[in-house]
Amino acid sequence: MLKFALAGNPNCGKTTLFNALTGSTAYVGNWAGVTVEKREGKYRKLGEDVQIVDLPGIYSLSPYTPEEVISRNYLLQDKPDVIINIVDATNLERNLYLTLQLIETDIPVVIALNMMDALKKRGDAIDADMLSQRLGIPVSQISALRGDGIHELMKTAYAEVGKERKGVSVLSESALAGAVDKVKALFEDREVSSPLFHAVKLIEGDELELENAADIIEAVDAIKKESEDEDFGSDWEARVADIRYRHITDKFSECITKGECKERLSFRGKLKVLRAKITRRPIPADIDKYKYNDTLTVSDKIDRVLTSRILGIPIFLVIMFFVFHFTFSEDLFYMNALYGVNINWWVFEDCGIPSLGVFLQSALGWCTDSLTDVVAGALSSSAPWVGSLICDGLFAGVFGVLSFLPQIALLFVFLSILEDSGYMARAAFIMDRAFRRFGLSGKSFMPLLMGFGCSVPAMMATRTLEHEKERKMTIYMTPWFSCSAKMPIYSAIAAAVFGGNDLAVYGMYLLGIACAILGSLLLRHTAFKGETAPFIMELPAYHLPQFRSLSLHVWDKVKKFIIRAGTIIAASTIVIWFLSNFNWGYTYLDGNIEESILHDLGSIVSWIFYPLGFGLGKYGWVFIVAALTGLIAKEEVVSTLAVLGTAIGNLSGGVGEEEAIAALFQTAGIGNAAVVAFMAFNLLAIPCFAAVGAARSELGKGKSFKGALLWWILSAYVVSMIIFLVGSWWWTCFIFLAIIAAAVTIIVLHNKGKFNFPQGGIRQLLRRKKEKT
Amino acid sequence: MDKILSQYRSGESGIVKQVSGAGAIRRRLLDMGVTPGARITMRKVAPLGDPIEVTVRGYELTLRKAEADCVVMKEDNNA
Repeated sequence: MLKFALAGNPNCGKTTLFNALTGSTAYVGNWAGVTVEKREGKYRKLGEDVQIVDLPGIYSLSPYTPEEVISRNYLLQDKPDVIINIVDATNLERNLYLTLQLIETDIPVVIALNMMDALKKRGDAIDADMLSQRLGIPVSQISALRGDGIHELMKTAYAEVGKERKGVSVLSESALAGAVDKVKALFEDREVSSPLFHAVKLIEGDELELENAADIIEAVDAIKKESEDEDFGSDWEARVADIRYRHITDKFSECITKGECKERLSFRGKLKVLRAKITRRPIPADIDKYKYNDTLTVSDKIDRVLTSRILGIPIFLVIMFFVFHFTFSEDLFYMNALYGVNINWWVFEDCGIPSLGVFLQSALGWCTDSLTDVVAGALSSSAPWVGSLICDGLFAGVFGVLSFLPQIALLFVFLSILEDSGYMARAAFIMDRAFRRFGLSGKSFMPLLMGFGCSVPAMMATRTLEHEKERKMTIYMTPWFSCSAKMPIYSAIAAAVFGGNDLAVYGMYLLGIACAILGSLLLRHTAFKGETAPFIMELPAYHLPQFRSLSLHVWDKVKKFIIRAGTIIAASTIVIWFLSNFNWGYTYLDGNIEESILHDLGSIVSWIFYPLGFGLGKYGWVFIVAALTGLIAKEEVVSTLAVLGTAIGNLSGGVGEEEAIAALFQTAGIGNAAVVAFMAFNLLAIPCFAAVGAARSELGKGKSFKGALLWWILSAYVVSMIIFLVGSWWWTCFIFLAIIAAAVTIIVLHNKGKFNFPQGGIRQLLRRKKEKT
Repeated sequence: MDKILSQYRSGESGIVKQVSGAGAIRRRLLDMGVTPGARITMRKVAPLGDPIEVTVRGYELTLRKAEADCVVMKEDNNA
């Protein structure tokens, strides 16, 4: 099958074009080994099917970011039949910079000149024929948004298939022409494809190229030495970039005709005209006084407010407030709180007007509850374990996870709107300063904030983070921004043990944030060490989000979530259900969880949790089991505690959650320190299966995903242990302080190169000892 | 007198004289069009004092002050 690759700058309308071309055939995945989005789809209107591959949005083919490396490897190794280079007409200069690199390959390139309508609105024009002539490749004008010219573009590209094309470089028209030819000749001898591309990259001193062409480096260096000039010396990277941009300014600025500055009437001028019209008098002669030249674009005007020094942050906070309020509020207009307005309708009892998110969640809950009831009724005559498996195991688990779906989807709609409109980049601009210290950038802010709602969309939102390290760190920290499902754990336990003290709930939120800050500092200096990633970013012009691309985007994420709920989450919940409902003789226990396999497993491992306090005593297993069921969904912790508390405290069935949990903590006889440790453990340990699934699809199956799981378990363990031990015996804080001080010193010294860990790790150390003896 | 981009005030503009620094940061600056000879106008500083927003080659670019330290500017004689 023919392969066409889409290449272009970020934000040039590439995804819109991809969606328009492929429609429903799109497939989204990750490039092997890296978590950069990979999209593939088919275009079917050309007589033969063409595979469309959407390369990540890039500004250049440098070797520094994963996106750029992927794109260039794809172009050089997979050799698509045609490269379709989308060029944003409103930003010709910077877009052509990439084009000039693409045409250095031997692959046919076609330009799709996009956003011509926006250009026209600005009053500018581009001479497409002149552009095509000067570049030596076909140029097609399209509007990806409206789908105009897309088929013509594909026909143009199709005509290019199989054409012999030799790479062209603008360097050949510069003082470096001789050097380029010589290096190119070296590559031609080696019979590689796209010799010119390799030659230019090698002259630039490109790291990837230097590795591949180690044998000719000396010869190339000699050639480069000859062509050094005064201005740049041996700074080839800057020289090549400079030649490219200079060429663009010289040759292509003629293709653009700048429109006149628009004359606009000032507000007072408009009033005068209006008055004249109403009173039917002639427009006053001095109207010209009120005209001024409008050099500001619409984006500039919006930015004057949204990123202003004083209003920037407040506006950002208000926007975030509304996003959360529309998704999670149960009292949308505060009618209930302020005026006691009660809604009693359908599934709503005694509450205010719900937000869209809550409404959808309740509606879905009603559907799944009814379905469960119907199925339970139908199964009532079969063996009790069958009904329990389907209703308490499968349905409870899967529906429990699905109940988050409306709010996750809604949160994602808002997120996509902010992203598509261009506001997200501004939010990063506003918040960057606050985050830099922790090795994160302003871009991590949005995902982390989303974490207070739900970790799943939060982790998915990290897609917008460019740098792998920062992305991973953000995902590692996300669950510590307590999601809405962790809230019931805090409030139920606080109500049962601390007399409903809000401080306990609030404290947990703060603890999570504190841990995230300390955790990122720690990771920043150990596992994710290295140069701070640059924060050099385009602030794209604002535009209205498009319904089509928005819905495709959200549907993409929702689909992923549903598939996970139906597969990995369903399987996990069945396993937990089985463990808590059967004993080792595979007999169904009918709710008697104290004899279950889960109880035994909990008891076996409970010694591990002794240092955390809540594993101690006869009923230590209860808390471990509760924490485990929390993996299905964090609210499960509360219901498990309540169920077991009722059984253990010998209470009658009708007592409330609060009493049952209070009784449980009393009977189990664990102190306040252990209770707090338990809450902290639930906060920090592995999040629910849904979030783990999201982390897995974002991090890949490899090392970083396992690292995340380990990170969550270890940090939860350590923090809970410190809380319990220091809370029980205050003097232990000195021990921990000493350990922490020692660890920090070692890390600092190690990073400064003054202290080295023994080479080769413990295993080799032992082997060396053995050899000596 | 040569100035560094990070010292510019809002509204000030000039021509890039030289881009120092190394590795990814420098390359990124070059790729984004901050090359010697390019005209840069300082637009604004973020509410918290960093990063900054500039106009270069007809679009808005944001970068941190630490990165703007790498960009040596000279006066724009045509302006």
